Amino acid sequence: MKVKRAFRVWQRHFKVYTKLYKSSFALNFVEPVLYLAALGLGLGAYIKEINGLPYVNFIAPGIIASSSMFAACYECTYGTFVRMTFQKTFDAILATPVTIDDLIAGELMWGATKSVVYGTIIIIVISLFGLVASPLVLAVIPILFVSGLLLSEISLIFVSKVPGIDSFNYFYTLFMTPMFLFSGIFFPIDTLPPLVGKIAFFTPLYHLVNICRAFALGKFSAVTGDIVWLFAVSALLAVYPFRLMRRRIIK
Amino acid sequence: MDPIVTARGLTKYYNGLKAVDSIDFQIEQGECFGFLGPNGAGKTTVMKIIYCFMPPTSGDVRVFGMPVTEKPSEIKARIGVMPQDVNLDPDLTVLENLIVYARYFDIPKKKSLPIAWELLDFAELREKASSKIENLSGGMKHRLLLARSLVNNPGLLILDEPTTGLDPHSRHAVWEKLENLKAKGTTLLLTTHYMEEAEKLCDRAAIMDSGKIVTIDSPQHLMRAHGGNLEEVYLKLTGRHLES
Repeated sequence: MKVKRAFRVWQRHFKVYTKLYKSSFALNFVEPVLYLAALGLGLGAYIKEINGLPYVNFIAPGIIASSSMFAACYECTYGTFVRMTFQKTFDAILATPVTIDDLIAGELMWGATKSVVYGTIIIIVISLFGLVASPLVLAVIPILFVSGLLLSEISLIFVSKVPGIDSFNYFYTLFMTPMFLFSGIFFPIDTLPPLVGKIAFFTPLYHLVNICRAFALGKFSAVTGDIVWLFAVSALLAVYPFRLMRRRIIK
Repeated sequence: MDPIVTARGLTKYYNGLKAVDSIDFQIEQGECFGFLGPNGAGKTTVMKIIYCFMPPTSGDVRVFGMPVTEKPSEIKARIGVMPQDVNLDPDLTVLENLIVYARYFDIPKKKSLPIAWELLDFAELREKASSKIENLSGGMKHRLLLARSLVNNPGLLILDEPTTGLDPHSRHAVWEKLENLKAKGTTLLLTTHYMEEAEKLCDRAAIMDSGKIVTIDSPQHLMRAHGGNLEEVYLKLTGRHLES
């Protein structure tokens, strides 16, 4: 694998992205505002405080995590699958000096990049609304690249195994939605049976939510374990998308 | 001069089937070499092995003297591929397709832009430069695929069924372009199941049937030896009709 050739793939995705989103970039800011308004203010009118924080301040950092997760996962499931099958973009790229490993590295780098972009948008929005106590929240941005890489790895592993595009419903319903609901974004999960917490420990979003919330409050030391978890698991899984996608694409 | 491609005992198993069965051939510099046979004869598999998309199960395949299993990037840098399927990038315009493709070969935009315009002239697509791919006709897409395969000024151009699915007019337009390239000395390797195409373009043709090469010769020799046109030659050699 050569980083420069992987970057060529990244550049292709970046070009397409900037073309398509030039007109609708502002839309990316609408969704988090809707969440904050509906849940933060609507539900927040009934729930005064969680862990000493106004409800809207409690959920705001969690939205950084979920938004970045959705960005990486959609990109590296649906996006990758469409490029691989319907558009035959991979076939075209693989007839150039770019190898299959370069191509997969490019997909992963792009998924991680989208995680960073979408997470950063939320950081901007919640900062503008004054929902962040500490500038340490900016330190989340490099972490988003690591968690985005991990989520992209998991997505590509799934892509390498699915027979068709409908199979992604399983991924969304059984993986992403439970993570979204049970990673501590909307309520602390220690209120649930201990088993939930044990399962959550094995999911990337739980750790990312912890990190985002701690950094938004200016606390760093409490979440070093979560940071180590994200780095370690993304390193452990790194070999599999390459191996499995190679097997899927090269007969 | 060293041959551009040599294959010895090339065998490929594909989904448990022997798609290519221990074939040998050599492609010389500057010639147009054709693989002829019906769908499923193994032609496309041979192409994909030569342009390093898939490795052979066994046998020795060298392109520009380099083994395909060891130097895929180096080989691919010097090859142009016009695939059977239209795999133009639908998210990019006609011109962007060429610029982005050139970038995979490490050709920066400053250099690729004049090349791209030259190729659009060659493919008669200058007016379509900023069109979306979905707005091109079938013939235009094929001409753009051909133009794209030339961005890196390849020493070997591989064309997998370059005119399949085209109307006669578009087919002749592609043939004309290929004859121009041949006249310039580009080595061409093509697969086809149109005899007319092979007769018109190929210096030598390998007749393929069920993963094996039945014979390799010039279309003229084959027709003289077996009579009639290549169509009948194929029927005589394999006992099968070509258009399946």
